[in-house]
Amino acid sequence: MANTKDSAPTRAIPSAGPDFEHLLAQEVIIEAGEDTASTGAQRVAPDHSPRARSGTVDSAADALPKPGSVVAADVQREVEQFLYAQAELLDGKHWQAFIDLFTEDGVYWMPVTREQTEWEGSPSIFAEDRLMMEIRKGRVSHPNAWSQAPMWETNHLVSHVAIESATADTIEVRSRFHMMELRRDALRHFGGSYRHTLVRDAGGALKIRLQRVDLFNGQAVFDYVLQVWV
Amino acid sequence: MEISALVEPDRVHRTVYTDQQIFDAEMEKIWERIWVYCGHESQVPNRGDYYAVTIGRQPMIMVREGDGTVRVLYNRCPHRGVQLVGNLKGNTGNSFVCSYHAWSFHLDGSVRAIPLAKGYEGTRLTRDNPDCSMKRAARTDSYRGFVFASLVDDGPSLAEFLGDAKIAFDDMCDRSPLGEVEVVPICHRVVQHSNWKFFMENQLDALHPSVTHQSTGISAGRVEKRLKAERGAAPLYYHYLSTFASSFEQWDAVQTINFPHGHGILKAYMGLRPRDPDTLEYEALLKEAYGEEKMEEYLSRSIHHVLVYPYLSVQSPLQQLRCLRPIAPDKTLSEIWHFRLKGAPEAIYRRSLWYYNLVNSPATMINADDLENWSKGQWGLASNGGDWVSFHRYYGDDREDNGVTYSNHGTSEAVMRNQFKAWASYMQGA
Repeated sequence: MANTKDSAPTRAIPSAGPDFEHLLAQEVIIEAGEDTASTGAQRVAPDHSPRARSGTVDSAADALPKPGSVVAADVQREVEQFLYAQAELLDGKHWQAFIDLFTEDGVYWMPVTREQTEWEGSPSIFAEDRLMMEIRKGRVSHPNAWSQAPMWETNHLVSHVAIESATADTIEVRSRFHMMELRRDALRHFGGSYRHTLVRDAGGALKIRLQRVDLFNGQAVFDYVLQVWV
Repeated sequence: MEISALVEPDRVHRTVYTDQQIFDAEMEKIWERIWVYCGHESQVPNRGDYYAVTIGRQPMIMVREGDGTVRVLYNRCPHRGVQLVGNLKGNTGNSFVCSYHAWSFHLDGSVRAIPLAKGYEGTRLTRDNPDCSMKRAARTDSYRGFVFASLVDDGPSLAEFLGDAKIAFDDMCDRSPLGEVEVVPICHRVVQHSNWKFFMENQLDALHPSVTHQSTGISAGRVEKRLKAERGAAPLYYHYLSTFASSFEQWDAVQTINFPHGHGILKAYMGLRPRDPDTLEYEALLKEAYGEEKMEEYLSRSIHHVLVYPYLSVQSPLQQLRCLRPIAPDKTLSEIWHFRLKGAPEAIYRRSLWYYNLVNSPATMINADDLENWSKGQWGLASNGGDWVSFHRYYGDDREDNGVTYSNHGTSEAVMRNQFKAWASYMQGA
């Protein structure tokens, strides 16, 4: 019962009394719904189907991932070391050495969605051949690149290195990355997957013909922008 | 709040960029009254397609009805206030159904079914009460496929609001042989940590590019020059970047046109009419559709971009559009869209796509430095280092004709003076 010792008039809370006890004594059990009975939202709007898609699209992006091939251990190690070295070039801001990892016709591509398949002709976050990479390098290296003035650093982790196919001259490999970026005092995270098409140059060294970068948050709001490759 | 004490013809008080109360008043007196861009009709092509959009502080839904109408509704269930769509975009089928208690609504917002409707008998909330339906934007209208809504019944029509700035949409659509554009279904969203006004002023600020974007302009110019020497020509997209590094004098020769309501145009400077085979094929299609005279008129309009004040920058010759959604005095979201010219060759789309990717993507080599300026601007204006923001360049040199302000100088701050004239008028409720 409510405490009513205050002198101000208060409305008495009615005692639940026997009625309350009576209600508690009643037992109502909702039986599991029969399959045919429509319930909840289906009952008021049986044709409401907001998640239905207009035609089933079985895109490459929806396909089940295949496990990496078991290739010769030295090839696996060579590819892994290559990817780690690339990440270290970015963290060390060695822009020209990063560009030199690419073949003369090499491309760095960050599409917006996983469904995109062509680097040319589709809206992209990055779509850069070596000439465009040279422009980007020139920009961030210029003394009046104002947005380069604040201190900034990145730290890349690369993992899940799965070789999808390997022939004498071409290796397809996918991996995962996580990049933390500190700019002024703000920390940002970017994560996703890389897909490298690697070829061998005349000397047998690996080069990148195409690096595809799928940000898992590529369609999220960007708080500020990306100034260099991820 | 005395607006006349904050806005003088040649300068404004810093608090118009920083003050929360002023921001709230802007939402109430400007955004939640005027016509605000919601999206393009092609974002919602099929019945039940919706797109969530924010007008001022109001969460709205743009939805396609069965009869083809595009309507704008509040994203709110009239029962207990829960938002009816929980995603940015999608298809809601034939109805909106609330996830809380299954109230359902037709695509025009009118109530369709209430569960246990007999529970409402004898109350004041029965089906025939309009309060049982989703609230609609007071007015919805579109121009050439671009949908706008106003949250109040009174005020100018969409055509009156746009005035001469409607050229933004004409210029974009007229460049299609079919007179129409359709959206590329990707939207880049970038947050700037600064007041929305920085963006709007910057769009027609022709002095800043050679300073702010010097690094990119010079770097791109170097590669462009080398390519021209080696191959005799360089693709147009290098020029998109290299022109930013033009001289002060060159920029001063680019004119601005400043309309009533704060709208404006920065005239063209990139030379977007090369004579390559793709362009000639495209021009032949336009000539077939409109005749030579019209084609010439459409392709020789000198526009870099058009501002619809206070939230839209339309780069009509390259079919891109940026829309601002202010979040706080020091936080603004921009939504960045690209459109295809219906019936135009793929090559024309790809040419403009380079601009979208290089300048307007979240890895932009241009806006990276703008955003940096605006953040530092916001911090500077929040300080006690000075109270006024100067718009004195070529003050007194403006020429006004039928409410339209011109300057002989592309770098004139007539742009900002004109924008604040409109701002003060809105804020004073005029």
